[in-house]
This record gives sequence, C-alpha cells and structure tokens, in this order.
Amino acid sequence: MKIHEYQGKQLFAKYGVPIPKGYAAFTVDEAEQKAKQLASETGSPVVVVKAQIHAGGRGKGGGVKVAKGGATEARALAEKILGMQLVTHQTGPAGQKVRRLYIEQGLDMVRELYLGAVIDRDQRRIAFMASTEGGMEIEKVAAESPEKIVTVHVDPIVGLSAYQSRELAYALGLEKHGKATVGHFVKLMAGLYDLFVKEDCSLCEINPLVVLKTGEVVALDAKLNFDDNAEFRHPEWDNLRDEDEEDPVELEAKKAGLNYVSLDGNVGCLVNGAGLAMATMDIIKHVGGKSGVTPANFLDVGGGATQEQVTKAFKMILRSPKVKAIFVNIFGGIMKCDVVATGVVAAAKELGLSVPLVVRLEGTNVELGRKILNDSGLKIQAATTMADGAQKIVAAVGGAK
Amino acid sequence: MSILVHKDTRVMVQGITGSAGGFHAKQMLAYGTKVVAGSTPGRGGETFEGSVPVFNSVKQAVKETGADTSCIFVPPPGAADAILEAFDAGITLVVCITEGIPVMDMLKVRKVLDSQDPASPKRFRLIGPNCPGIITPGTGEGSKGGCKIGIMPGHIHKAGNIGVVSKSGTLTYEAVGQLTALGIGQSTCIGIGGDPVAGLDFVDVLGMFEQDPDTHGVIMIGEIGGGAEERGAAFIKAHMKKPVAAFIAGTTAPEGKRMGHAGAIIAGGKGTAAEKIKALEAAGAKVAPTPSDMASTLKKMMS
Repeated sequence: MKIHEYQGKQLFAKYGVPIPKGYAAFTVDEAEQKAKQLASETGSPVVVVKAQIHAGGRGKGGGVKVAKGGATEARALAEKILGMQLVTHQTGPAGQKVRRLYIEQGLDMVRELYLGAVIDRDQRRIAFMASTEGGMEIEKVAAESPEKIVTVHVDPIVGLSAYQSRELAYALGLEKHGKATVGHFVKLMAGLYDLFVKEDCSLCEINPLVVLKTGEVVALDAKLNFDDNAEFRHPEWDNLRDEDEEDPVELEAKKAGLNYVSLDGNVGCLVNGAGLAMATMDIIKHVGGKSGVTPANFLDVGGGATQEQVTKAFKMILRSPKVKAIFVNIFGGIMKCDVVATGVVAAAKELGLSVPLVVRLEGTNVELGRKILNDSGLKIQAATTMADGAQKIVAAVGGAK
Repeated sequence: MSILVHKDTRVMVQGITGSAGGFHAKQMLAYGTKVVAGSTPGRGGETFEGSVPVFNSVKQAVKETGADTSCIFVPPPGAADAILEAFDAGITLVVCITEGIPVMDMLKVRKVLDSQDPASPKRFRLIGPNCPGIITPGTGEGSKGGCKIGIMPGHIHKAGNIGVVSKSGTLTYEAVGQLTALGIGQSTCIGIGGDPVAGLDFVDVLGMFEQDPDTHGVIMIGEIGGGAEERGAAFIKAHMKKPVAAFIAGTTAPEGKRMGHAGAIIAGGKGTAAEKIKALEAAGAKVAPTPSDMASTLKKMMS
C-alpha cells in the first residue's frame, strides 16, 4: 500500500524525523490560506506547492512549483496544479489527476542527498542505502555508478546501531557541514528505523534529504510503502488509503478477495493460484504473441474461492471491452472443479456469453466439473492441457477478428 | 527414497481446531500421513477425529507423542509465533501453510533459523510460509501410504524418482500432473512458497535432491522477483550432476506489479523472468518453453 507525501511526513514528525513546515490543501482557497499561514509562521514568503499523487517524478512532470512571492502566487500555482493530469515516468501516458496539494515552507539548502530503506530479501534484512546523488532516480544511480551508493544491513533482533548510521553519515561527508550534523543524521536514522519497523513499511525513501545552511538535515520528500500483509495490525491505514489513486478494477477485485492486475491484451484469464495465473499469461503470449493475441489480465481466484467469487471474477473479465475471448484454467487442489464450473456457468448465463470461452479443468472433481459445463448448453470449448487451451484461445481470437 | 519426510514421519498440526487446519488434517490422515497430535491454545484435552490428541502447546504435544514435524495453519497474526514455538519445542521440520505473514515477522524468524549451526543434523528447518507443503508419495491407490503434509491433492501423485521444488502451489500440481500422466513418479515434491522472506530456498532443496540416491532428476519452478532462482542456478552449475528442468513464471508480467504472491514483483528492473531463464540455461538446466512442457523437458534430458 502506498500513501501520499504529506501523510508520510506526518509519520516522520511523529517519529522525530525532521521535516519542513507544511499543510495539506484540497482546494485553491485552502492552498492560499495555508500559504499565508506558513509565511506568517516562518517569516518568509517562499512556499512550495506540491501535487500529491502516489507516483514519483512529480517535479519533472510539473507538479512541484516554488512561489517566491507569497500567498497570491501560491494561489495561482495551485489553480494550475490542482485538477491537472500529471504525467510522470511512473504514471503511464494518461497521467494521474491531482486532487490534493501540499503547501510547504521553502528552505535554504546547501546539499541534496538520497536516503532509502527497503527489505533486502536476499540478505533477509532491512537495508539502508545512502547516496550523495540526491534528487536522482536511485535505480539510475545503481545502474550507472553503484559505488555512489553506501548500504548497511540491520540485524532484526539487535536493531539499528548508531555506528551504522555514522558509517552512512561519513560516507556522505556530513562532517563537513559542522560539528553537529553527523549527530543530527544519527538521530534522524534512529527515528526512521523505528518508523520502518513499527509501521510495517516495505519501502521508505527520502529523495532528497537536504542539508541546510545551519547544518541541520531535513527530509524534503517522503515516500512510504506499507507491507499489505500487516494490514490486520494497522486499522489506521484505512484513513491513509486514497482509492482515487488505485485502478478501479483492481480495487473492486481486491474487495472481492481476488488478485487482479490489468494488462494490455485481449484474452481474459481466470485461473487459480498465482503461479499458474502467471504461467497462463505466459503461454497465451508464447502461442499467440506473433498474431497479436496476448493476456488482458492476471487473475488469481485463490485456492479456496467460492462459487460467488468465481462468478464475480468472470463478470469483471466480461465487462472489459478489450476482451475478445476468455480462458479459464483451473488445476483443482482444494479448489474443486465443480465449484468453478458452476460459477462460470452462472455468470455466463446471467450476462450472456458474447465471446469465445475455452475452459481447461484438471484435478479434484474434474469429471463433475466437465459434466456441469457440458450440460449447461453454453458454447464452451473444452481443453485437455494448458497448451491445448492456449492454442484454442489463440485460434478463437484469430477467428473473431 | 525421499527427502525430509517419509511414511513414518510423526506429524502434528498447529491450529488443528481451525477450519483450514481441521479440513486438511483430515485429508492428511486419509492419505496415510501419521498425524499424531494437534495444538491449539485453550483447546488442550480435546480429541480430533476421535484419535488425535489436542494439546495447549507444541512442547506438550512433542513430549506426549514424539512429534518431530509440524504443519502450521495458524492465521497470520499468530503464525510467526507458532513457528518460533515449534522451534523452541524441538520440532525439526515446520511446514507453514499460512499466507499473509508480515515481512517484519519473518525477518525475525529467519534470523533465528540462521543462528543455528548449519552443520547440525538436528537443526530446525522451515518450509514456506505461503506454500502448499511437502509430499512424499506412497505406493497405494492415488499414491496413498506416503507422507503428505500440506494442502496439495494427494491423488495426482505417484511414487517414483523425480524431485519437484517450486514457489507456486498450482504450478507444482501442474508439473506433478504432467509427470504422472507420462508415467513418471516423484520422490518428494516441495512448495517453498512465494513470500519475499521464507525458509528453505531452492539451493537447500536442490542440495538435498542431489544427495538423495532415489532422486534421479529435478523439476524446479520459479517465478519473477528476488534472486532465489539465480542462487539456485549457481548451485546447479557448481554442485549438481542430476538433470534439472526448470520453468520460470512471469515472462509477461509488467514491472512494479505484485502478481498474487507477496514476493512476485519486478522492482527497479530486477527479478525479471528473462534474467532467471538466462542464469538457469547458463548453468546447464533446461528451461521449458511453456508451462505445458515441464515434464516432457525433463524426460528428454533423462532419455
């Protein structure tokens, strides 16, 4: 789960990670008023108007602007940014509509750095990475000049030690900014580690982390992702979730307990199990890729789906106008083939089957499942193997052109 | 014969009074698995299915029944605790079926696992979480009479000499189904799960298959995300004489999207299927061109 910068910064403040003063704004009036308030609190008219969307690269896309002339200028910028379709390298060509702003105090910085924390799954530890290349995409730095990234791994039982933070601080050359700067950084790191663990983060990125003229270090940005598996112990996440930022179909699937990812192709897939669902996409493209037949979605109905969930999944696939055929691929373990067959038949009868349907059933109660499909009177092509199914689905789409 | 589990393995089920735990404990008993105990805090003294004693703690269960292996169906909030409880009670193999354990909990569990002497024969091993489990098929009807610990359908298996190790449940069934259809049996099949931080890795299981005299060839099924497949490839290159056929799911998966499993994600351009396939091919494994060809690819290598 992702959250907005301003929400991340509220958490930073809670854990003692220094941030600039700032306020969220949902309307242009509110933006102007918050800019006015900031100017009076800080004694400086300089404020930054920042678009709040989940994707990165907002500055380059024109979603972050500095108002040097105070509240009136901030208002003009807010009018431009609020409601715009912000396109960044992470949003795709359609962009993301800006519905929220963050109005933040402008700061005099002398350096921009990068600081990030992730779960390093190969080391099985939390890794903190720091780099002198602040403001750059860290993937780019990692690819082009990996020696500029310094990493420390944290023992999950011991926790982060101060010497590890100092190691990063000296690698960044923070001692050059005054006696106290290394100490400021060590304190910030302690707060950040505490936050990462207690809030069940999967990623925490500060890009840039800035050094001020005074020698203080401040988080100018905040990107936090949470581990979805930990949702059960974070009821407060409900208030942080912004459903406007999520794909509406994927959101609907999630609410129905289904794993769904939208893709660009034309074959709808309904599969049990994540691995088999991916493999089904792969085989469709393997057989049909050259003739323009590719998967329209990833859909895992899970190991123990009910008939209602199967019906719901089938409806979601059918609703998409780009779907020219549907491939149901089930290897029943716990999931019984007759349950899937009943769900598919119910959905197809309710909505009317306007596209070819290929069904491959295998495993528990397979005979019963096949009988339900045969007796349904629906025009269903039965497939014996995944390969057979893939060939039939590609032929069906080819024929439907 | 097999690795890790066999027909005399003494299995207990943590969470046996829950709906999933109860359902699958019954299935395991029907298969012939020696389910000797169950545990659920607060339910000690009960009897499951008229024959299996239920205890309040794993320690008691081990003491009273001599269970050495445990299968966990405890829901995510208590699952990591259940693994640690089994470890502390002297269980040597835990199969954790639970899906949805927070990574932060698994980091601690993993640290405990890694603190053991890797050379000790009595060290604690973890399979999963978020996996279908482990099965050594028997020679009875529908492969009954072996040892099934987990949620896989037993009847698709057949006793034999091929080891299967996989991150995905249903793709394991797919591979097993293909093998059995060709008349090829399995020594042991293990699902290691699709979580980013877990127990046994490809490397560990491949090593055991290489050592097992009754395993003659291996099917390894990986997916996008992380570097476990690449580590497996390096192991195959350096240490394996037995043939390995592989499949990597997710060639068509888009970057930055979690594909069902918590660990199945291409992040920052890392963990793509193409990288993994390249590493495996370079290590001498044969990668099946489609998921329909897993068994036939191995068969060709062995003939």
